[in-house]
This record gives sequence, C-alpha cells and structure tokens, in this order.
Amino acid sequence: MSSVDLLLPLLVAVPMLLSTVPIALGLRFDRTGWSVAALTTTALVAATTTLANVVYTDGVVTHKLGGWSPAYGIELVLDEFSALIAVLVAVTAAGVLAYTRVGGPRGNTFYSGYLLLTGGLLGISVTGDVFNLFVFLEIVGLATYAMIASGDGPESAVAALKYLILGTVGASMYLIGVGLIFMATGTLNMGVLAEVLPAAVERDPTLVRAGFAFVFVGFSMKVAQWPLHTWQPDAYQHAPDGVTPVIAALVSTAYAYAFGRLLYSVFGPEFLTSTPYLTELVVTVGCVSVVAGSALAVIQTDVKRMFAFSSVSQFGLIVAAYGLVTESAFIGATIHLVGHAVIKAGLFAAAGLIAINYDARTVDEYAGLADEHPIVAGTMALLLVSLIGIPPSAGFVGKWYIALGAVEAQLWPVAVVILFSTLLTLAYSARLLEKMYFTPATPLEAPHVSESVATDGGENEDDAETAAGADAANDGDAGARGGTDTAALEAITANRDRNTVSYGMLALVVATALLAISLGFAGGFLADLLDPSFITEVFN
Amino acid sequence: MIDAALDILASRYAYALLFVLLGTGLYMVIANENLVKKLIGVNLFQSAIFLFFIAMAYVDGRAPIIEGKSHGVGEIASPLPQVIVLTAIVVGIALTAVGLALIIRIYAEYGTLREDTLREVRADE
Repeated sequence: MSSVDLLLPLLVAVPMLLSTVPIALGLRFDRTGWSVAALTTTALVAATTTLANVVYTDGVVTHKLGGWSPAYGIELVLDEFSALIAVLVAVTAAGVLAYTRVGGPRGNTFYSGYLLLTGGLLGISVTGDVFNLFVFLEIVGLATYAMIASGDGPESAVAALKYLILGTVGASMYLIGVGLIFMATGTLNMGVLAEVLPAAVERDPTLVRAGFAFVFVGFSMKVAQWPLHTWQPDAYQHAPDGVTPVIAALVSTAYAYAFGRLLYSVFGPEFLTSTPYLTELVVTVGCVSVVAGSALAVIQTDVKRMFAFSSVSQFGLIVAAYGLVTESAFIGATIHLVGHAVIKAGLFAAAGLIAINYDARTVDEYAGLADEHPIVAGTMALLLVSLIGIPPSAGFVGKWYIALGAVEAQLWPVAVVILFSTLLTLAYSARLLEKMYFTPATPLEAPHVSESVATDGGENEDDAETAAGADAANDGDAGARGGTDTAALEAITANRDRNTVSYGMLALVVATALLAISLGFAGGFLADLLDPSFITEVFN
Repeated sequence: MIDAALDILASRYAYALLFVLLGTGLYMVIANENLVKKLIGVNLFQSAIFLFFIAMAYVDGRAPIIEGKSHGVGEIASPLPQVIVLTAIVVGIALTAVGLALIIRIYAEYGTLREDTLREVRADE
C-alpha cells in the first residue's frame, strides 16, 4: 500500500518516455514500433487494474509530484471515477493494437504518436490539477492531430488542420476559464478548489460564473457538441481506419470525463444548481446535440461519417446527464461513457475491417454483407443493437440511468429527448442493418454468390474465429490482445497475401461486441463501483 | 456612469487591451481565408491568454524570487502564473509546429494556401 501511489506518475511518464523508443530504434530496425507499443500498453493494463483494485478496496490513491504541497504543486489522484476511465483507456489502447498490427498505419513514428496519446489520456484521467489538465488536453490533441494526418490521402491533412485550429481554440477557452477561476481562488488544485470555491462565489459570483462559461464552451468544442462539432465528422472520416477506433473511443471520452470531473469535483452540485440558468443551459446544449447529431447521422452516406455524427449525439446525452445533477443521471453518464467507448471502438474497427477487406465504405456498399461475411455483419449488428440500447446491452443501462435521472429531476422534456434519440439511433442503425441483411449484394448476381464454394469455405473459417474470439473474451481483456492474438497473428501472416484481415482484427471486433453485451449485465456492478463512496462524497 | 467606466478603464486597461487582442485573434481564425494567417490568429489568441495570466499576477512589489525570508501577501508577484505561462508557451509552440507541418502538406497536395480555393479544388475531386 505504501508505495502503490508511485505507480500513478509512472502511468503517465512510462508511455511518454517510451514513445521515443520506436523512433530511436527505427534508426536501426524497421518494425519495432508495434512490439514496443504492445509491451507498454500491456504493462499499463496491468498497472491500471492493480491501481483500480486498490482504489475499489482501500479508497482513493494520491501522489504529490515532487513532494510539493497540493496548494502549489501538482497532485495526481485516482478515485472511483477516474480509475474506471484509466482502466478503459489502457484496455482500449492495448486492444486496438490487435487491429493496427496488420490493418493500421505502419511505421515507427505512428506508434510513437500512439504511446504519446495513451500517456496523455492517462494523464487526463489521473491529474488533480486544473492547469495540468490543460497540458494533458493539448498533449492528447497534438498526438491526435498527428495521427489523423497519418492517413494516406490529402483530405486527412485538411481534416487534421481543421481539428487543430478548433481544438486549440477550445483548449484555450478552457485555459481562460482556468485563469478566471485562479483569479477568484488563487489555487489550481481540484481538491482545494472544491473547498474554497463556495467562498469565492459569495465574494464575486461573476468571476467564477465567467470562468465556468469559458470552461463549458471549451469543453463543448472538445467533446464536439452541436454546433461546435464541425471538426469531428471530418476528423473521424479521414483518419486512418486503425486510428479512428482509438480516437472515437477514447479522446472524446477522456474530454467528457474531464468535463464531468470539473463539474462535480471542482464546481460541485451546489454551484451548478444555485447558479441561475446554468443547468438549463447545459441540459439544452446536450439535448440539442442529441437531436442534431442523430438527425445528421441519418442523412449520411459514408459509414464512418455516420458513426461520427452518432458520437455527437451520444455525447450530447452524456452532457445532458451532467446537467441534470442527480445521482442516477451521473451514474448513467459514467456508464454511458464506458459503454459508448466500447461500442464505438468496435463499430469503427468493424467498419475499418470491412473497408480494408471488402472495400465497402458507404451505406449502399454494405448491401448483402451478411450473406458473404456473416461473422463481421453479425458483430456489427450486435454493436448497432447495443448502440440503440436494446435491453441486455451497454447502451441500454446508461440510457436507463440517465432517463431515470431526468424523471427524478422532473425534467420531462429530457426524458422525451432520450426516447426520441433512441428512435433516431434506430433510424440510422436500421438503415445499415437493412442493407446488410435484407438487400442482396447486386440483384442479378446474388444467386451465384450464395452458391459459390469460396463463400462456404470463408464461413467455416469465420466460425473457427468466433470460437477464438469468444475464448479471448472469456480470458478477459488482457487475453483478447495478449498472447493468443500474437500467436494467431503469426499463424495468419502466411495468409496475408490472400486476405488482409487478421485473426487479431476479427477477435478484437468480436470481443468488443461481446464486451458491449456483457457490460449491459454488468451495469449494476459499474454503478456499485461509483455509488457508495464517490457519489455520496460529491452529492452530500 | 461614465466616470465609473473611465475608472475601470484606467485601473483595468490591461484586461481591456488583452480582450481586444483575444478578439482580433479569434476574428482572424474565423474570417481569414489564408491558412497560415489562420494559424497566426490562433497564436495571437493564445498570446492574449498568456498576457492575461501575467497581467493578473502583477503586483507593485518585486519579482518572485524567494530567498528564505517570508514576504507578506501582495509584496511579491505570484510565481504560479509565470510557470503556467512558460508551460503554455511550450505547448503553443508545439501546436504551431504541427499546424505548419500540416499546412506544408496541404500546400504540396493542393498547391494553395487559401481556404476558398481549397474548398473549390476539393469540391471538384
């Protein structure tokens, strides 16, 4: 127990330091990046789960960097809320590597960016200092811009530049907010801020409120709330297929986590409810994003772009839940953060897999996919069902808690918006499901395709892969990308000429689909992780 | 009323100027068609924030060099904002570098730095 807090700075420092290793080794060896990244992320999974275990049994773990008192120095904190996000970051970062080994952008510099991104995301999860949070926001931003720009086409550079400009302005807005709060209180530590803010509000409410406004606008931009979401669809669409899952699953999630952390641990529920029009504003922005994001998703033709707009709407739900300021809504937002991250990682990985192997990128090109490739289509369908929120799935539990929170807060319009968003999610998911399952590939040639011998062979192979994927999922997340995948990947290397989809990619997609479903059953468990200590501390 | 406004302007002129600078930067980001100038706008915007931090830490005392003996509140400037600004400048430079690299790549691909031309070129493809 005594030295476990030393793991906290290591969570951030190790991936950042090791991010230089692929470049350094790249001077002599060509393909070391993946191995370095895989080793590091596996170690991070071990470290975060160890820490999370300590947090959930013994309580909050803190570490004062350099021994400075928290009032001046930087403090790293892992509590019940952040432990969940840290584990999510480490597991997803490690899992997506199973995809990039064969399918993703190659090269040592890419893996340097990947490790930098992982370190930054873990930094966002564990930091207890509002300015330090800004630095990590920018580190994550930088790594993200670079990784988006690593796509093949020139479009990815344009998308990355657009994200860079908007993302920087968003982060700078947050910095102004930090400045105003610092003026009001004279401290940057989240824990200390929470104590001194009520007095500061009494002294000069305008300063703190202005600070909150800048923080809110900054994060609306970073989390991609309508109408500040415009960078997101371009960025997600033009990023390389191996990058989108990790960005879509983690980057916005970490930003949304940071926003929730500031709302509840720094400003506190009392400030939120006592400031006039504040909760109304947050809830409205969230609800408008839900409706606008879903409506825009319905009219998209590109699948990745459609999922990107879907993210706008799902994060709208989370922001609206933050604005409700009830215990159930907060639990719902947290569960939805985790659930959405898993679902989106799976969906984007599946979309990338389909794009690489079957060259289908638009909704129309998905026609007849279920006949030809039942496993991929099946997992995609499972993930879409989870996204809609049909009961035994991750999407359902989060929405259920948020709706419960809306009812508790007696905000009926929000409950209506949640129901309506489910319908709209159904609308765009159903388009894809209909194309995959009920539209023949090309009407005239369809009979030939279904009788072809090659397709049967493919199906048998796929069956074997499901078994492997299920086993991997049973072994836990570490297994899904650890030894089993590496072995499977080695075995498939010989087949690479014939088929660019590896077992690792398929196993990842299947594992996330199963995880998305099982998280639905584990929803109560997730709520229990937060409930006893964190929720009571925040809300009372 | 006017007296009060003048009073605020006289004592808080730094903030007023900085927010003008902030607005100029933001306007450049939004309205300028040239990508490099957009990036300069982002820099201007950030510089205004840095100056804002410096301005709020300023006191009529001395530089924040602590030499063992204690000082009263308001005698020395708070060192924290200065450290913050140093860090933020480093972050800003990294961002500018990445942004310029992206702009070079865009120029190599499309042969233009203007956003409106870029939009036309991309629409044609």
